[in-house]
Amino acid sequence: MARISKEERKNGIISAALKLFSEKGFYVTTIPDIAEKVGMSVGNFYNYFTSKDILAKELVMYISEYLGEKIREINDKPISTKEKTAAIVSMYFAMANERPEMIEYFLRIYLSNREVFGEGCAGMVCVSPFVTEMMMFFNDGVSCGDLRDQDFFSAFGLFMGYLGGMVFLFGEKILPEPLSSYEASISENIYNALRVR
Amino acid sequence: MHCASDRDRPTLIWLQGVTCNGNTHSFLNLPYLPQLLAKYDLLYHPLLPASSTLSEVVQCKRPCDVLVFEGAYDPLMKRHEVLLSELLDYYGMRAGHIIGVGSCASFGGMFKASAPQRNSGLIFDESESSGPLLALKNKVINLSGCPVHPEWLGYTLSMIADNKEIKVDTLHRPLELYSHLVHHGCTRNEYFEWKVDAKAFGLKEGCLFYLQGCRAPMTHASCNRILWNDVSSKTRSGTPCFGCTEPDFPRNDLFHTKTNMSIPEDVPLGVPKRSYLTITGIAKAFHIERLEGKLIDDKTAD
Ligand code: SF4
Repeated sequence: MARISKEERKNGIISAALKLFSEKGFYVTTIPDIAEKVGMSVGNFYNYFTSKDILAKELVMYISEYLGEKIREINDKPISTKEKTAAIVSMYFAMANERPEMIEYFLRIYLSNREVFGEGCAGMVCVSPFVTEMMMFFNDGVSCGDLRDQDFFSAFGLFMGYLGGMVFLFGEKILPEPLSSYEASISENIYNALRVR
Repeated sequence: MHCASDRDRPTLIWLQGVTCNGNTHSFLNLPYLPQLLAKYDLLYHPLLPASSTLSEVVQCKRPCDVLVFEGAYDPLMKRHEVLLSELLDYYGMRAGHIIGVGSCASFGGMFKASAPQRNSGLIFDESESSGPLLALKNKVINLSGCPVHPEWLGYTLSMIADNKEIKVDTLHRPLELYSHLVHHGCTRNEYFEWKVDAKAFGLKEGCLFYLQGCRAPMTHASCNRILWNDVSSKTRSGTPCFGCTEPDFPRNDLFHTKTNMSIPEDVPLGVPKRSYLTITGIAKAFHIERLEGKLIDDKTAD
């Protein structure tokens, strides 16, 4: 049997930890829980991540890089800002369906346990790949004349807050329809709120 | 009236197009002006004592090794009833070096802004190759700046008098003077690095990029390496760089950095915007107490 590389092992831990943290919460989940889920000893786990806090930060960076890369692909396409908006919404909802633990982790752990992420993750440090791509999206939108010039965080909060809120409602099983059925109207709402009038 | 030694010295004629005289005034501040002028046979200058009058110069019979031109070129403009174009043709052909002093002579500058269809620089109209001396462009050295820094003109004239080669950039500006950015040597670089903004003019602390419109990270000039009057520069005194040495000067809104949703439209030269935004986002996460107050206060002095 082929040996599993260190990188693959690390990814295995990341996937397992994401699931456990988002299901049980940050404090209830222990390192032995994670080690058990990936089938390794606790001692060996520490070869990959030296503490639970460090793992928690790596997870945010992992999600942020994943999201950043997806948005970058959209940003680089020769399409209108309106189409880009729809593509980002669609990508985000697809991720919430296929890998709900990623968004759950972001919403439930990263945003609610700020004490864990304070040092080393201050400001945008751990989420910078994702935030940078959103900056590029807004910057390009304004410079091509599609979006209204305004404060970055007002626009960012509107866009991401809306998406996060919908995924949260979906996770709580409050939404009557599947997420995808809201895609078109949500993209339109976001675009209308941001566009030049 | 010429003395015998005059023949050893290059002759210099200083002509003016549409100008405010700013470059001439700047030149008068050159600390070693008398020594520099001693290397030349000054045939004509509008303010300085010279051996010819303007009415003699416009007859186009004088010799000219170095032609200095100040101000924007206007094809309809006359000096002493003679069209500028005729004067430029005659002296330009004969001169070994032609120096466009100031941003108006280099790119059109301030005066082009008021007559965009008519005025231009000697060989550039903003950054487009165009102008009355285009055919002689290999002889032209542009010393952009509003006004030109006296030391830059001093450097150029000294190099020419000493028969030394001056290497130029694509806009014909001496590399020695224009390969640096104004940002280099600014005393506020640490504030730029950590994104601490100066909230007002005149403060000693803070970077002027975001809130005051500083163009130094995209402006080629050595204002912060060769100080003005040997003591200061715009950014040292707390005023933003206006980018006056670049072809797009004067831009609108000189005290304002154009942003798109708080993201600067132009980022420092050579830095991809994406990378700039990432680094900026991270730098902003640091709160460096020392950089947040007045440096002279005890609490932030160490
Ligand atoms: S004030 Fe201008 S020159 Fe100085 S560091 Fe800031 S951007 Fe650079």
